[in-house]
Amino acid sequence: MWQRIIALVKKEFLALLKDKKSRVVLIGPPIIQLLVFGYAATYDLNRVPLAIYNEDQGQLARDLLARFRLSPTFHQTATVTHDAQIAPLIEGKQALALIHIGPTFSRDLSKGVPAPLQVIVDGRNSNTAMIALNYIQSIVDAFNQEWRNSQGFSAPRAYLVTRAWFNPNLESRWFIVPGIVGLLTLVVTMLVTALSVAREREQGTFDQLLVTPMRPMEIVVGKALPGFIIGFFEATVIILVTIFWFRVPFLGHLATLYTGLFLFLLSAIGVGLMISSIAVTQQQGLLGAFLFLVPSIILSGFTTPIANMPQAVQYLTYINPLAYFMIVVREVFLQGAPFMSLTHQFWPMAAIGIAALSAAGWLFRHRMY
Amino acid sequence: MNGGTQSTARLTRKGSSMRITGLIRKEFLQIVRDPSSIAIAFLMPFILLLLFGYGVSLDAEHVPVAFVVEQPDADTASLVGSFMASPYFSPMVFWSLPDAIDAMGARRANAIVHVRPDFGRLIHTPAGAPIQVILEGTDANTSRLILGYIEGAVQTWLSQQSMVNAQPLPASIDLRPRIWFNPDVRSRNFLVPGLVAVIMTLIGALLTSMVVAREWERGTMEGLAVTPVKIKEILLGKLIPYFVLGMGGMTLAICMAYFLFQVPLRGSLWLLIALSALFLLVALGMGLLISIVARNQFVAGQVAIIVTFLPAFLLSGFIFDIASMPVAVQIITHIVAARYYVAILQTLFLAGNIWDVLFPNAAALLVMAVVFLGISMRKFHKRLE
Repeated sequence: MWQRIIALVKKEFLALLKDKKSRVVLIGPPIIQLLVFGYAATYDLNRVPLAIYNEDQGQLARDLLARFRLSPTFHQTATVTHDAQIAPLIEGKQALALIHIGPTFSRDLSKGVPAPLQVIVDGRNSNTAMIALNYIQSIVDAFNQEWRNSQGFSAPRAYLVTRAWFNPNLESRWFIVPGIVGLLTLVVTMLVTALSVAREREQGTFDQLLVTPMRPMEIVVGKALPGFIIGFFEATVIILVTIFWFRVPFLGHLATLYTGLFLFLLSAIGVGLMISSIAVTQQQGLLGAFLFLVPSIILSGFTTPIANMPQAVQYLTYINPLAYFMIVVREVFLQGAPFMSLTHQFWPMAAIGIAALSAAGWLFRHRMY
Repeated sequence: MNGGTQSTARLTRKGSSMRITGLIRKEFLQIVRDPSSIAIAFLMPFILLLLFGYGVSLDAEHVPVAFVVEQPDADTASLVGSFMASPYFSPMVFWSLPDAIDAMGARRANAIVHVRPDFGRLIHTPAGAPIQVILEGTDANTSRLILGYIEGAVQTWLSQQSMVNAQPLPASIDLRPRIWFNPDVRSRNFLVPGLVAVIMTLIGALLTSMVVAREWERGTMEGLAVTPVKIKEILLGKLIPYFVLGMGGMTLAICMAYFLFQVPLRGSLWLLIALSALFLLVALGMGLLISIVARNQFVAGQVAIIVTFLPAFLLSGFIFDIASMPVAVQIITHIVAARYYVAILQTLFLAGNIWDVLFPNAAALLVMAVVFLGISMRKFHKRLE
């Protein structure tokens, strides 16, 4: 039995790696993409283009503006002198935000009257807009705090002492890059499995395989093993880059991470082979790959937390292997999660994997064209 | 003589349009026989938009926060009360810090707000009272959002407290933010146009990435090569049917954005259609190029998976702000066609016909369309020889 499987694995590797283009596609892009995406995917803003419209000559206005100019988050791109200039600046995206200090700003504050500070933010990307507004808010809060102190103010006072566990500087890269490990591993698995049966069906060689003494389960194992080997290899390279290039702290145990990786590959390969065996042509296989890949990434909690999704959509994430693996990777990396605390992530992946692989084996025999 | 050339020219022209029509008919027959292309054009945008439109949200609500109150008194009660009243939080109260830490460890709370026993006394001293906030920092973005909410809630509570004590806060800056184009800050308004761009990238590339490779693989390309059909005609015969199919999918996606997700359309509909057609041409051209270079469907499929979805998702400015990326990565984003289309869609939907944004992005798309289709034609030519 093993002899037959090994022969099939050899043949699969030949089919995958014989073509130079296919070799290049499998090995180059995932590493390049990790580097590019690792730097691209961050919610932290910097060099936010800011326009300043200051109608006040007073010292307080200058103090406030100095805070914006010194902040590394903002980068002044325009100085506005009258109202008509505002709209083209924001609309044409030369400035993401504009702060407008009215002519009576310093006078108002000195007289004890609240001084309005008008802020206009480009809301076309409302997430970016809100993050920028938060930065502005905190600069204004700091200014207010000092101003009140200088006025000898003594009302109830409280201040926050903040500590963030696992990621003290709240760097979003620490959160995103381990997520990319899951993303790219899934993509590589799809590359290897989603078209493999479909191609044989289209070329007619799958029928030949079915009339050999190999049992469907042996074919499943033979088709799955190359995916495992390539998946393990690429995931390892990606994990090494994450640790040594991006310097994301790795607090957990490799054994825990690789248990998760093994089960994740099992489920992803299972789904990939299932798609491939449902498809009759490679085009159908490709469509299936995308219909699985795209929702699994969106509903994995990679960019937007699962907790923010409506309940019905949250149920869908229960059958998404990537959602479980995301938790495993992030918690092993950042929290050093012990093996036992992740069992609720492990068993669903195993269940999805076994179910999908069995379905693929059944489909091999029963879906004939 | 002169008339003879003219009639030959007319004949060739007629022959050319006849050949293209024939090729288009053949392609349509293939589309109907393997309905996966129709599924790509209509089913995919439908499912994906539905899923994302409802599933993706960056707005956190009812964040579970663990409150630790070691010595309850009037001040702490009103502080907790003000958190209870906020739609952003669903607070839980604990009497000791270890209990709250356990709750956070079990993922039942995302943050701990710890009020020390001497809070009621310290709050009336000039130094002020510390409120300890512990965040579960694994998801840095959410943590930062939650911290913002907590800061806001504490500020609100403090100003209410000073009102109660009949000692108003001294005058300070009154921040008056206005969010243009999306005053209610519906994240759906920017996510849905972005999703349309991502989905159209997939559709365009998926529709054409297989079609030329398929002809090579099945040997029918040799059959075509011996007919009088010209390369340009083969390419047009491939492009036109999938363009029609793609525009159908595009119309569906735009209708869903407008009617189902109620994203306002402030720019011109005709401009939206014209620029979408231009983008579709780029996406189809990219698929054709993949198909011609890869030469077999397996490699073409792999390339399509790699170069379409993730780059369009992560490098188009749809979720992550391009201006904040390192310069080297910003340069790379220029070869991602979705980047230009995202800017066009977000502007046309939310802001209106703003030529300062539309013109450069449309020009970039035009250049990309010419480049993709031009390279396709040249590469195709070489292979035929």
